[in-house]
Amino acid sequence: MKEPTDIGLNRTGIGTSPLDSKELIEAAEATVPSSEGDASGIASLRISYAEESGIVGTMPPPSTVKGAVKSVLEGLGAKNPAVFLDKLAERLQFERTGTRMYESVLAKFDALGSFDGGPSREALLEFHGEELRHFHVLRSALESMGADPTALTPSADIAAVEASGLLQVQNDPRTTLPQALHALLVAELADSEGWDMLIELATNLGHEAMADDFRDAMRAEEKHLAHVRQWVANHAMQDAEGKLEQAA
Amino acid sequence: MALDLTKETGVALDAQEDFTWRDMVREPISKLNDDAFTRLRIILMNGVEMEANRFQHAFARMNAPMRADLARVRRIETHQQVLVNWLLPADQSPLETTIAYEQVAIEVTASLALLEPDPYIAQVLRFGLLEDFDHLYRYSALMDRMEGKDANAILQSYTDVLPGRPTVVEHRYPTDDLREPYDRTTASPITKLVSLTIMAGEQQTQNYYQNIGPLFADPAARLLYAEIAHIEEQHVTQYESMIDPHETWMEKWLLHECTEVWNYLACMEQESNARIKAIWERMVAYELGHLNHVMDLFRRVENRDPFEIIPTSLPEGIKYMSHRDYVRQVLKNEVHLRSVGTQFVPVGEVPPDSPSIAYNRQINSAGSPSQTVAAGYVYTPGTELAKKAA
Ligand SMILES: [Fe+2]
Ligand SMILES: [Fe+2]
Ligand SMILES: [Fe+2]
Ligand SMILES: [Fe+2]
Ligand SMILES: [Fe+2]
Repeated sequence: MKEPTDIGLNRTGIGTSPLDSKELIEAAEATVPSSEGDASGIASLRISYAEESGIVGTMPPPSTVKGAVKSVLEGLGAKNPAVFLDKLAERLQFERTGTRMYESVLAKFDALGSFDGGPSREALLEFHGEELRHFHVLRSALESMGADPTALTPSADIAAVEASGLLQVQNDPRTTLPQALHALLVAELADSEGWDMLIELATNLGHEAMADDFRDAMRAEEKHLAHVRQWVANHAMQDAEGKLEQAA
Repeated sequence: MALDLTKETGVALDAQEDFTWRDMVREPISKLNDDAFTRLRIILMNGVEMEANRFQHAFARMNAPMRADLARVRRIETHQQVLVNWLLPADQSPLETTIAYEQVAIEVTASLALLEPDPYIAQVLRFGLLEDFDHLYRYSALMDRMEGKDANAILQSYTDVLPGRPTVVEHRYPTDDLREPYDRTTASPITKLVSLTIMAGEQQTQNYYQNIGPLFADPAARLLYAEIAHIEEQHVTQYESMIDPHETWMEKWLLHECTEVWNYLACMEQESNARIKAIWERMVAYELGHLNHVMDLFRRVENRDPFEIIPTSLPEGIKYMSHRDYVRQVLKNEVHLRSVGTQFVPVGEVPPDSPSIAYNRQINSAGSPSQTVAAGYVYTPGTELAKKAA
């Protein structure tokens, strides 16, 4: 099978067609734009729209059934308990997407096999299981505080938009396992950061038991990150040294 | 290749009901490696199939006895459209696809203008060409300045990135977008094929911009898509008004199928990707099947020979090639033209009470997105950041 780093017929560069590109460049250099200025006009549009725009959305109202929880939170000194709930919901969405990302990478593995120093199927399955477990940890955490874990909070929404490009890469049948792992690396980097902040928030708010659960998750995420980083690096090094061998 | 339409029967309608989802959803082309003209053919043929579908729906809504035949053929057009449009790859973003849509509107329109024997219709095509030429420049500026990406990775140096008739002046009063139609009894067959093709292409361009505009987060992009989608609506108005409204529904159906054969044939003859070429070949055979089915219907319904409407052999097809020199010449000679009703005049001869003047002033009164996005923009390989000191 062809590797993306094989020399082929990529036509995107200006050097592909020297005669045509000479024409293109010379004509462009003689351009008289129809309006003066530069890219700052786009910045002005962004500024004026930002000044007039609302926000993507807000938090759901606190559950009336478990209204008591609100006072519990207040008792713990949270001036705005919704911040913690929003961040919990963000991680929940991310872990749910992360679980699906590992499923996508597993399919890639099953189709294409791995490489020397790449992931084993067991490792991918193990990490998949951990992402799923983290989702459940967060679901319980939100429920214990009387929040609706199915609500798409603003941070959860934004995290899903951020991850959308990663899914696009992983789910394309034409991308290779190393390419999918590179997208996974971006996800795991964000994942580690996310747990780090969550532990800090939980600790500051006095949710010691929760913070303990989160530290367990954090240890798993650090392991994920270390492995995915190594797989990606191993592949690039071997490819560069011409030592790449497909080992299914 | 001159196809003899009196003899070529293609694939019978029954045998065209052989689609499966796997057959329709195949490996897409490579954005990086395939030739830009392969991408252009896919985009144009998606538009042609979309028009086949929409036209047959309109026909069915107003002609009860034809509903069953239309339903059968239309379902196949739908499958064809999926097969063709799904050849676009997922790593090609909506904005990159937009760059390619405008490249279609430049290179295909140029080819159509050169094929067109009626001087007025050719003039209309050149008029639209210079506007889409400008759109490419505006969208290229947007892609550079919003995403840091070089439009030429899509264009592959075949097409210039320069201002045309500035988008800001293209906004006209609706009646200044109407054109004189060809006469169905005297127009040459190729005029009818050219007109339907350009209308289909521009209509899909409008559909596309209207649909994807809200996918963008950046207000500059949302504004630019709103503005250019508006011009594409004007282009659809222009090109559909070139078509004789006195053609009967059945005449129009015949012409639609003939246009599909003519277009797929040109794709097939020029395709560089063997896998895609096989698809064009199959589509030619299917469209010949549609055409024959409709010819039979035409004989029964109108009691006329279909060859009073369509040619017995197909005229020369679209040339998928760079029209750089031609486009530059048109730009030099005709960029100053404006339309007054159905006629074209130099900008200095537009009467001061022209409704388009007031219309344009109103719609641009809170700023012009296309002017802002491309302010001072000069295309540079590797984006304008390449010449910006760090
Ligand atoms: Fe993880
Ligand atoms: Fe069709
Ligand atoms: Fe356009
Ligand atoms: Fe257009
Ligand atoms: Fe058809």
